[in-house]
Formats: sequence, structure tokens, C-alpha cells
Amino acid sequence: MTKTNKYDVVVVGAGPAGSITAKTAAARGCNVLMIEKRQEIGDPVRCAEGVAKPQLREHIQPDERWIAAEVKGSRIYAPDGTCVELSEDVSGAEVGYTLERKLFDRALASEAAIAGAEIRVKTRATGALIEDGYVKGITAMHLGEEFEVRADIVVGADGVESKVGRWAGIDTTLQPSDLETGAQFLMADIDVDPDYCEFHLGNTIAPSGYLWVFPKGNRSANVGLAISGDVCGSGKRPIDMLRDFVEERYPNGRIIEIVVGGVPASGPLDEMVTDGFMLVGDAAHQSDPLTGGGIINAMDAGKIAGEVAAQAISEGDVSKARLQEYETIWRARHGKRLKRSLAVKNRFVPMTNSDLNKLVHSVDGVDFSTMNLFEMLGTLIRKNPKMLFSLRKLFI
Amino acid sequence: MINVNRYRCGYCGACVSVCPIGAIELVETWIEVADDCTECGACVSVCPIGAIEVPQ
Repeated sequence: MTKTNKYDVVVVGAGPAGSITAKTAAARGCNVLMIEKRQEIGDPVRCAEGVAKPQLREHIQPDERWIAAEVKGSRIYAPDGTCVELSEDVSGAEVGYTLERKLFDRALASEAAIAGAEIRVKTRATGALIEDGYVKGITAMHLGEEFEVRADIVVGADGVESKVGRWAGIDTTLQPSDLETGAQFLMADIDVDPDYCEFHLGNTIAPSGYLWVFPKGNRSANVGLAISGDVCGSGKRPIDMLRDFVEERYPNGRIIEIVVGGVPASGPLDEMVTDGFMLVGDAAHQSDPLTGGGIINAMDAGKIAGEVAAQAISEGDVSKARLQEYETIWRARHGKRLKRSLAVKNRFVPMTNSDLNKLVHSVDGVDFSTMNLFEMLGTLIRKNPKMLFSLRKLFI
Repeated sequence: MINVNRYRCGYCGACVSVCPIGAIELVETWIEVADDCTECGACVSVCPIGAIEVPQ
């Protein structure tokens, strides 16, 4: 231990959740340090990069430097190839822009820096300082040198592989069935409709998950799939399934990037805060269990956590009870929707290809142009009352 | 202890998230496994790229 530093807030991880937390707390006068274990913020990417336009605009003005493409809608394909088309107004809750996450994450980190947060890259948290039951800081390592950072509040924004949560006493372990594990190729020189995202369902293509094609402009797209972690172990790996798909669908395409990763699909953690400590983003399992989307949920968490942290510090009370306000506000905003997503996911996971075909056929000819995802699912339930019986109370 | 094939690994951290005893860590671009690994195999099952094995 060669250096000791003291901050109001230390944020571990510089993804969207961490950067928004750091920016928000710094803008409210806190002395903030954000550390990132990678030497480059935003890299390697572990994301399909789709994000909803209106929700994104609540946090940052869209900038062409980090928007790879803008889509008009989505096409959902049944295993037999039948397609349902959703306009942007409908699917917009899930997709609207395809981001360039490498640049997006850096833009967010820059905003945190401009707000006054200190940032250290290639700096990894190695432990938590716990005193009298409170998290009082972390130990960290930079270039092989370990040091202490003391803080009134530590924020764990360290992603799906979160360690700080465990150190602080919150069990963030996921069951394999609660993790969607996936692979993605950024494919160049392929025939892809630049205006539409594609979602392919089916037990052959992506058992208990889905395959996506998100256009990234200039004849390129993120082509990826994710499957449930418990299914993965017993058969082919996502990377092999994806290779099978692209060899058939895009035989002349070129793979210019390989992405792998896991997404929490459990629904949010039961507790996200403890004394002197908060978890945000994937570390708190805030991603949508049905779609896997997590950017907006994480940015909202960062905003709320940053505000509550600043307020709590100014009041001199960083107890779990005080920090709970963050969790309460976040749940009020996202809890119900994520609960529904989890119920839908759990109902869809055991479906056979024939069930999925039936579902898509049942809405053939239905006009979805004025419906959002929630209303679309409601229509599916009305058309398939027996198959989707368990979901009726959540939607109708 | 599990074997991680570092030439295959995409250092995504999926394995870390399911380890019931927190024995795995994604450092920067490599996985470290602590001695208390129980070879339960949870990490093997979720790896998207098949980089982890429990030794026979």
C-alpha cells in the first residue's frame, strides 16, 4: 500500500451505469473517483448495441459520432420463417439506434470527467474496506501497485462479473438458468435491410433465447444470439450455433469482430444497497430478462444513485436505510416492467418450435402499428388464451 | 481446479457471474481461478465459447 486517497464517492467500473453515477454525483459537488480495470474504456464490447431513442435522449443528446445506425422498426421471425413486423413506435422501447459502444462509453466517461470526476483506467478493485459494518472504500491495483481508496460511498458498477457486491456482503451470484450467454459477430459486406432489426425465435436457432441482426450501416450488422446458461452446457455453444447461422445466411460475409458475453436474465437483485454501498447496472442484474437490454436501466440507475449519493453525503448519513431511496425510486420506475418481462421469458423458455409458430401465426394480419410491446403481448395473450394462460393477469 | 483455455477464452466474465463461491476473477484479458475452486462446473456450462473444462 503506497498511496491513500479519500473521496466522497468511488465508482468501480466505467460502463454506462458507472459513468452516469460519476457524472451525476460530481455535478452535485461530490469529490468522485471512477476506476476502470480495462486500459481502454468501452473495449472490448459485450453488447448488441441496440437502444431505444426516447429513453436515451433523457440522458444524453444523440451524437452521430457514436450512433452507427438508426432503424425504423423490427421484424420478428417464427421458426418456420413467418414474420411479424413492428414499427419503431412499437419496438422503439427496445431498439431505435444501434450504438458504437466503444465511442458511446467514452463519450459518457468524458461527460463524467467534464462534470469533475477523476478517472483512472487500467485500475482494478481488489477488495473492499469494511469498518463497523460500513463499506469505507476499496483496495485497488494499477500497474501492479496496490493502494487504498477511502470513500463515504462505494458504487459497484462492475458489470456481470461484479466482485465488489460480494465483498460488500451482497450475493450477486447468478444461477446458470438466470444468465443468457451469447456470441455475436460484427459482419461486414452483407445484404441487410438497414432500416430493420431482426429477431429470430426457435429452438434450433437459439434455444430459450433469440438471435438478432442489428444493422450498423454500410452493409454491416451485429449478428448474434444468446441462450440460457443451463441449456448451453448440454449442447452446442453459442459461438458454434452462430457460426452455423451465418454460414447459411451470409456465406460471403466477413466477420470483423467477435463478441462474447453473459447478460443477467434473473430480474433485479433483491437488495442493491448496504451501508455505504450501492450496486448499479448489470452488477445489480438490472437488465431486462426478456430482451437482454440493459443500457437504459443502467443509466437510470446511475442517475438516481448519483443523486441519492450526493444528497446522503450532504446529510452525513450513508446508511443502508438512507441509500435505500435509490433502490425504491429505481424499482418504482422499472420494477413492474421487468417483473412482466421475467414472467414472459419464463413462459417462452419451454416453448417448442411448433408453439412459437402458432403464436406468430395467430397474429398474422394484425395491425401492430399503434401498439407498444406491452400491448402487442396483450394481443398475443388474447389470441392464445390457453397457451399464455399464466400471463393473463399481468397483461389483460 | 478448472482449466481455462486462454487461447479460446473471450474474457467476457460470464463464468465469474455464476461461480457460487466467487473463486473466478476476470482480471483484464485473462481469467484467474482461486485454489478454493470446487470444480462444480457451473462456469463450464455457461461459457459461450467453450473455453473451460473440469479436468477428468
